[in-house]
Amino acid sequence: MSSPAIHGAHHAPQGFIRRYVFSLDHKVIGIQYYFLALFSVLVGMSLSLLMRYHMIHPDAKVAWFASLWPTAAQGGIMTPELYLSLMTMHGTIMVFFVLTTAPQSGFGNFFLPIQIGAEDMAFPVLNMLSFWTTFLALAVMVAAFFVQGGPPLAGWTAYPPLSAVPQAGPGEGLGQTLWIVSIAIFCGASLMGAINFIATTIDLRCQGMSLMRMPLTCWTWFVTAILGLLGFAVLLAAGVLLILDRSAGTSFFLPAGLLVSDQILNHKGGSPLLWQHLFWFFGHPEVYIAILPGMGVTSQILATFSRKPVFGYRAMVFAILGIGFLGFMVWGHHMFMSGMSPYSAMAFSVLTMAIGVPSAIKTFNWIGTIWGGSIRLTTAMLFALGFVSLFVTGGLSGIFLGQPALDLYFHDTYFVVGHFHMIMGVAAIFGMFAGTFYWFPKMFGRMLNETLGKIHFYMTFVGVYAIFTPMHFLGIAGNPRRYSDFTNFDFLGKLLPVHFFMTQAAYFTAAAQILFFINLFWSMKKGKKATANPWEATTLEWTVPSPPPFDNFAGHHPVVKHGPYEYSVPGAPRDYIMQTDPVDMHAA
Amino acid sequence: MLLAPIVWILTVVICYFFAAKVWWFPPPINQHGVAYDDQFMRTLVITGIIFFLAQFALGWAIFRYRDKGGRARYSHGNNRWEVIWTSATAVLFVGIVLMGTRIWAAVHLAEPDPNAMPIELMSKQFAFSFRYPGVDGVFGRTDIKLVNDAAGNPFGLDDKDPAAKDDITSASLKVPIGKPIKLIMHSRDVIHNFFVRELRLKQDIVPGMEIPLYFQADKPGVYEIPCSELCGLGHFQMRSTMEVMSEADFEKWKLQAIANK
Repeated sequence: MSSPAIHGAHHAPQGFIRRYVFSLDHKVIGIQYYFLALFSVLVGMSLSLLMRYHMIHPDAKVAWFASLWPTAAQGGIMTPELYLSLMTMHGTIMVFFVLTTAPQSGFGNFFLPIQIGAEDMAFPVLNMLSFWTTFLALAVMVAAFFVQGGPPLAGWTAYPPLSAVPQAGPGEGLGQTLWIVSIAIFCGASLMGAINFIATTIDLRCQGMSLMRMPLTCWTWFVTAILGLLGFAVLLAAGVLLILDRSAGTSFFLPAGLLVSDQILNHKGGSPLLWQHLFWFFGHPEVYIAILPGMGVTSQILATFSRKPVFGYRAMVFAILGIGFLGFMVWGHHMFMSGMSPYSAMAFSVLTMAIGVPSAIKTFNWIGTIWGGSIRLTTAMLFALGFVSLFVTGGLSGIFLGQPALDLYFHDTYFVVGHFHMIMGVAAIFGMFAGTFYWFPKMFGRMLNETLGKIHFYMTFVGVYAIFTPMHFLGIAGNPRRYSDFTNFDFLGKLLPVHFFMTQAAYFTAAAQILFFINLFWSMKKGKKATANPWEATTLEWTVPSPPPFDNFAGHHPVVKHGPYEYSVPGAPRDYIMQTDPVDMHAA
Repeated sequence: MLLAPIVWILTVVICYFFAAKVWWFPPPINQHGVAYDDQFMRTLVITGIIFFLAQFALGWAIFRYRDKGGRARYSHGNNRWEVIWTSATAVLFVGIVLMGTRIWAAVHLAEPDPNAMPIELMSKQFAFSFRYPGVDGVFGRTDIKLVNDAAGNPFGLDDKDPAAKDDITSASLKVPIGKPIKLIMHSRDVIHNFFVRELRLKQDIVPGMEIPLYFQADKPGVYEIPCSELCGLGHFQMRSTMEVMSEADFEKWKLQAIANK
């Protein structure tokens, strides 16, 4: 198929396979990504429940553990190495296949072209290829569960030598190899996606859609794609070097004089810190890859349901760009305790505080957006407001961790676990829930159930605070992370009641997600039919039917005459002016 | 609407638990620890105020501006406010980090005390070992080929070196009270981490690198050392202790350890 940039309306392919499996339609690909992320989040969440169970019952015998993992859970008792494997897979699947996939590749694929008035992405074939490459990466990752030794146990950060030396632990053989191969494939897929997003945003905007008229969602997808392009390229290189160290006898990350499992290794000259630099050069921007689209969705939804323009649109755009730019200069704050130069720690800490400034600007502007509004508390709006609350909470704990002095105690404690779950985990997921409730009508042509949605929201909101707030107290008490069992230390034994509470809160929150899945699948079939613009919103996706036709605008070329958030304009007949409405609607 | 009171209640509950200090730091055992706790409290008070105000304002806006049928205020923002809150946060955030710089510099950038007592730390999956140079004050030669954990030689000490004769190897760290210590850290397999909560100190132990850590402990007692960098399946039980003892007790322990070799 040729590029939609050149041709006018093209026709939908007929066969099932071309239409729903190997589809070139950005909307189908967006939904494919969304369901890939949905499958992954189910796996990731189940793993976290198993971990939380094991932490409070390390010696429990559970019959079905033994049938699931005959060696790693012999007799039904989960071994410490199995715990670490589940932890590694939980982190990896959540970060790569959920947080990177749903907000950017899922919603971004579906809505970026429509919101900028394009018929498809710039490179539809590349788009299809990047989805199926992501699918392959997930398949390889999941395969690690089924190989000899099980999945790797080196954590999602895979620090060598632990990740580079097969004898360093169970799971460090074939499991770790599959992990790296999967990540490398994922990097390739993300690079293809990033190029497509950047080209689409730059080239395919319709007439009148100047950069400063783009919805903030498009800005965040655009900047996220740039972060992905620069970040995943470096991770890919690092992954290749790690594979070579493991399989080809090179020593990029392995120094001389290693003695592992009573065996002297022949490596020499490498540096374990090199991996950490390369990994976090990707890893920190990755945090913004996960959260930026959520910020865009939140801005969009707060404006829609407050019936007010986004407060400080320009400041928001500059804050997004500032976060993207500074995001590449703060990776060293993950390494304050790593043994790198203590002078560079000071530079990284000042830059880290600097990135707090655009984050604070965004928060102020969100509160400014709803201030003086006429707030409609739909489920989408509740999740967007929840996002703001969680973003504040998770952001402020970063002020502690960004200081090398305070990191002397907090590094690798539960304080860190609480911090990043709050902000990059839960806040980002709230962004996805908000996006789901907001855009579901457009994606599937039916409304989600609001009552069920609100119950789900309140349970989840209270639930996540109950899980992740206590982690900060555990961190203050010095509880190290990545421990499968807390019975070996006197000071940890006293903290067990807190862990017990968090586990119960995790069960509760997971149970609440059943409501979401029921709502999602029930509404897809039986939900109330959606009109073209059920939320009375302004951006281009609401000018077309729900769901949109194959080429989005049915051969018609939209012309944009207004900014993205013209709500409650004095003198206008309705309280919203759509981007394509005639100019004279701006009466005042 | 329900969201506003829920946000407020959560805010108050969280603030209560931080103020009540139910789960908290153990008391510090040196000057650095006291300075650390001061910086922590400064940060806590500043972020606590921001946390309370931001969450309260969020709840207030949800409550005050709920849809009552009227039209919203049409506004695209206010540049003066943007400038005010941007510069205020910039000054505040950078100010906080600069205040903590002294503490970091005292640990990592200060001129090391040349008289600090050297102790070597060797970590491996999943144990810490400590080595003292003995009465001669010189560490004996080591060779990785001589490492033999079963025979009590985790450092690979070379018996043929006379300086090695009085080296003491111990599974736990013993330090005399009030004396500057230089802990020289090595790992022979993967990355581990040395952490003593009461010292408010933590440092990764990286294979291929020699990382010195200077500290002193001013309060006698036994303190736990949990490995704090993921090192493999036994990470959760990689434990040692630091015993802070009087100068006299320390000398007695040392002589006894040499005699027992």
